[in-house]
This record gives sequence, structure tokens and C-alpha cells, in this order.
Amino acid sequence: MADISLSTATPVIPRRRFLWSTLVDHAVLITGALIMFFPLLVMLQTASTPDIETMKYGPGLYFGDQLDDNFRKAMFEASGFSGANTGLSMFKNSLILGLGFAIGKIVIGMMAAYAIVYFRLRFATFAFWLIFTTLLLPLEVRILPSYEITQKLGLLNTYTGLIVPLIASATATFFFRQFFRSVPEELVEAARIDGAGPVKFFIDILVPLSQTMIAAMFIIMFVYGWNQYLWPTMITTDEGMYTLVRGIKRIVQVLQGGNEIPEYGRANVLAIIAVLPPVAIVIFFQSWFVKGLTESDK
Amino acid sequence: MAQVTLDSVRKIYPNGVEAVTPASFQIKDGEFVVLVGPSGCGKSTLLRMIAGLEDITEGALSIGDNVVNTLDPADRDIAMVFQNYALYPHMTVRKNIAYGLKNRKTPKDVIAQKVDEAAKMLNLTEYLDRKPAQLSGGQRQRVAMGRAIVRDPALFLFDEPLSNLDAKLRNQMRIEIKALQRRLGVTSIYVTHDQVEAMTMADRIIVLNGGRIEQIGTPSDIYHNPASTFVASFMGAPPMNLVAAEMQDGILSFAGLELPLASSMRGPVTLGLRPEDLIIDSHGPLAMEVELIEELGAHRLLHGQVNGQRLTVHLAKEEQVALGPLHLSCRVQNLCLFHPETGARMDGGFAFNLAQDRMEERV
Repeated sequence: MADISLSTATPVIPRRRFLWSTLVDHAVLITGALIMFFPLLVMLQTASTPDIETMKYGPGLYFGDQLDDNFRKAMFEASGFSGANTGLSMFKNSLILGLGFAIGKIVIGMMAAYAIVYFRLRFATFAFWLIFTTLLLPLEVRILPSYEITQKLGLLNTYTGLIVPLIASATATFFFRQFFRSVPEELVEAARIDGAGPVKFFIDILVPLSQTMIAAMFIIMFVYGWNQYLWPTMITTDEGMYTLVRGIKRIVQVLQGGNEIPEYGRANVLAIIAVLPPVAIVIFFQSWFVKGLTESDK
Repeated sequence: MAQVTLDSVRKIYPNGVEAVTPASFQIKDGEFVVLVGPSGCGKSTLLRMIAGLEDITEGALSIGDNVVNTLDPADRDIAMVFQNYALYPHMTVRKNIAYGLKNRKTPKDVIAQKVDEAAKMLNLTEYLDRKPAQLSGGQRQRVAMGRAIVRDPALFLFDEPLSNLDAKLRNQMRIEIKALQRRLGVTSIYVTHDQVEAMTMADRIIVLNGGRIEQIGTPSDIYHNPASTFVASFMGAPPMNLVAAEMQDGILSFAGLELPLASSMRGPVTLGLRPEDLIIDSHGPLAMEVELIEELGAHRLLHGQVNGQRLTVHLAKEEQVALGPLHLSCRVQNLCLFHPETGARMDGGFAFNLAQDRMEERV
């Protein structure tokens, strides 16, 4: 009896029940994560093994001692003829492409959306849908005319030629348009009464309000730009202008000649390095990203 | 500070809807004018035309001595307070208040001084470095007021500034806004659909209905001398009782009530009786069947029927009543007569002259 009275006196904290479904959920997620992680592990393993061993045995279950060596080779030694395409210079080119691509798309998209949403243009809606239909015409479809124009403008092997033809963005314009339309009308009117003209309103009010949206766009566009392969392959013939994604392929390509052992270690080090910035940016901007795409903070 | 003159100002939207029929009135320097009416009556459109946020289709609008039809809102020397405050969410209170001055290239020290002054006046000093999201509704409303005050405008415009607040805060802000306006002496135009706000705050009320001005007058004028059944039923809570009565041979008759009137009108009329002009009187001519009693503390409202028509009676708290039959008389000097179809006022002040000797009595 004493036991009963005691147990009624102390509040019973219900223990969280162990659920098999939770276990299954986690098992699925962990398996998925491992599968996703596997290629990265193979890259790391290959990067640390001498190229001959990789050639002979394929990917193994051990770590080699060549990581440091391969890293140095990848970053500071040139792989081509001119000696200009070191890992470092390719990294720089990729970064310029990624940043230029993302920033350019955001700036152009925002300005286009601003014009469409806030100004009484006669064909605003039509213009918007015209921009929108360009989603149906990705780079791959219009690559020949794009190349021809770029080439005629003498923009081959320049950053301008690498970035500018890609930065008109229907996606960014669309997202910013939707966002601007959700900004309360009174804010525009209050700004007008406060004496803010179109430019001031854009810079003082609209841009700060769009922060989260800009961050979200930046992540998407940076990764997109960083991963560009086809366009840089067309536009850059000068080894000094190679981007990482393009350069990696060149290193492994010697196999086709049949004379040399491809530098697997070196290529995989570059591949790992190529993965890092997008990952870093996603981690850094993650909270903004979710906010920008879901929450409207007004 | 300035007077505002509207000369046949009209608004027709591109789709052909006439939102405001030609409206003419003048607002004196320092006056507090309330535009009131149900939603869709054109009161906001009228205010927005004065602000310059909406184009004026026809007519002339002057602030001070200048016609400002084509001026930008920023150049009209006005400040506006919006219903949802329209504060810039990413700026602190201080920056919100200062933004208009900053855009006018006011020197920094002047801005700082003005912002501090306004903040003190509105009890916002400790919140100056907060963002609008961290403030309560009332505080946000004050920031919006501060933004208007610092500019020293010639004209304040308020677009239903209190409708997003809860009832208690609304009463408090109502008094604050009125007191502030008195103190600053700035000409103000205030839009609301709430007749209590209109009655309590206005120097003059402009009642709008369907884009048309129904009546312009002081609150007491509007209340006691409504120009139409619309005004009579819109202003006042509870509204004026409007019942169908009959004029015949100089006698106005409604239920048991018979009043001699100096008028040759005949036929049906609409009779307006304020609830507080109906008095319980066991010898009174009106037999009412009380159906519901609303207890409001300071007074009570009886709802019931007289001769099949609904009536509301305002009752002092001392008087005891019960559901069921009851006899009423009324104060005749406050009766209003309206045209039964157009709703326009008919008695126009002459009606009860002959009955002068009976005016003081209860009939």
C-alpha cells in the first residue's frame, strides 16, 4: 500500500516510448546518407593513393600516403602545356565564374522584376511572360548562336564572355517578381510620401527587404554557376582561363592517348576541392535559404 | 499649416466606375475633419487623391493657395498615417521616423533633434533602437504618427489608423491623436468607417455614401439634424429608429402617436426617432412589445416592436423594465421626417412651428 500512495504522490513523467518506426526512419536516413557519402569516400581514397595502384587495383578499402603529394601537385603544378592551369588558378576562375554568375543573375533579375512589378509599363505582363518562356530555351538549345555572338564580340577566353551570356535569368526574375508583389502596397506609398524616388525606394527599402530572398537566390545561382561545364568548355581555350570542373576532365583525359597513366590522385584532389565551396556556401547560408524560400518577413 | 479646398473633385477609375462624384468642400486651417462612411463609399479614394497617391480625374485640389493636382505626394507638404502602419520593417524606429527628413536632405543634427522631440512626445524614447516587429500595435501606430509629426507638414492624413488595434487601445489612441492634433494645430483629414471615432474626434464630419457626400457638419449637427435616412442610421449607436408614418391634414400619425404639424404634406413619410428621445410613460401613446433588453451598465437598450415596426429605446439605468408590453411617449422637438423613397430630410426646421405650444410637453 505504501508503494501505491508514493507513486500517486510523485508526478509520473511518462517515459518516451521506444518506437520501431523511429528506428526504421533513422535506418533509412543513415543508409541514404552513407550512399550519398560513398563517392566522396572513394574520391578521398583515390586522392591519397599513388596513381599506379589505382590503375592496377581500382578503388580500395585503405588510405594511401600520397594525399599531401597529390594536393601539392594539384594545386600548384600545371597539368597542361602552357603551365597556366594550376589548381589554384582554376579555383580562382571557378570562383569568379560562380560569383559573377550569381551576382549578375541576382542584380539583373531584381532590376527586371522591379521594372515589371512597380512601373506602369504597357506590356509589363507580356514582357514578364516573354522572359518566363526563356526557361524553355536553356543554354544547350541556343548554344551555337550564343557562341557565335560571343566569338564575334571577341569575348572568347575572357571572364566577360564566360559570365555575361549566362546571367539573364528567368528564374531569378520570377522569384523576385513574386516576392515584390507580396510587399505591401502601403510601403511604396509611405516611401513616396517620405520623398523616396524609384532609385531610393529600390536601394533603401526593397533591397534590404529582399535579403533572405537574395541569399536563397545566391546559393542556388552560385552552385549552378560553379558547376557550369558546357559553356566554359566552349568559351575557354586558353589554359589560364580553365575552370575547375573543366580542368579535372582534362587531367584524366590523357588516358585516351594511351601513353600515360592518368593522374587519378591529382584529379580527385581537385574534385574534392571543387565540392568544397558549394558545400561551404550552403552550410553558411542554410538558415537564410530556408527563410528566403518559405517565410515572408515583412 | 494650411486650408484645403476641393472644387468638384471627381474620380473615375479606368474601368468606368465613378468612385467619387464631384465633391466640393473647404477645410479650415487647423481643423480636424473626419470622412466617414461604410466601406466602398469612396472615403479612402478621396483621401488618397488628396495625398497624391491617386490621380484626380476632374476638379481642382488646393492645399494652401496652390493647386496641387499634379504634384508628387512628396511635394504636397503632407504626411500620412496608414491603417497597417506601413513602417519599414528593416529599419529601427529612429530610422523609420527620420527617413522622410533624410530624403529631404535635412542636416543630421536637426534630424536627431526632431526625432528625439517626436519620440518624447509619443513616449517612444526607449524604443528608438528597436525594429517595428518588436513593438506592440499601439507602439507601431505611434511610430507611424512620429514619422508624420517630424516632417512638420501642412496637412495630416489618416487612413483608418486605428482599425488594426483592439477596442481598448483604440479608445486610448483616439484621445491621444486628438490631443496631439490640438497641440500641433495641424489641419487633419481622418478617414474611418467607425462612427464613434468620427463623432468623438471631428471638428467637422463629412458623411459619404456611394461616392457622394451626404452631409457635412459638426458632430452634433450630424447627430441631431441628419440630412438623410442614411446619415440618421449610420451615425449613432444604436442608430436612429426609422419607422413608416403617415401625414394627413396637418397631422403626423404613427401607431397611437398623433402630432399636429404646420405642413401641407400628405401621404407616407419616414419618421426618425432617436432611441434616447423615447421615454417610458404609462400614459404614452405608443404601445411597445419589449422583446429583448441589452444591459450596458450605464444604460440599457430595449428592443421591441410598435405596431409591427422595430424600435430601440435608450433607457437610463435607474428605470426598471421587464419584457412584455410597455407604453412610451417621445420628445417631439427632436423628431425628423424623411422622404419615404429618397430618404432625404423633409421637415427642414419649419415642421413643428405650429406645435410650439406643445413642444415642451410630452405627447
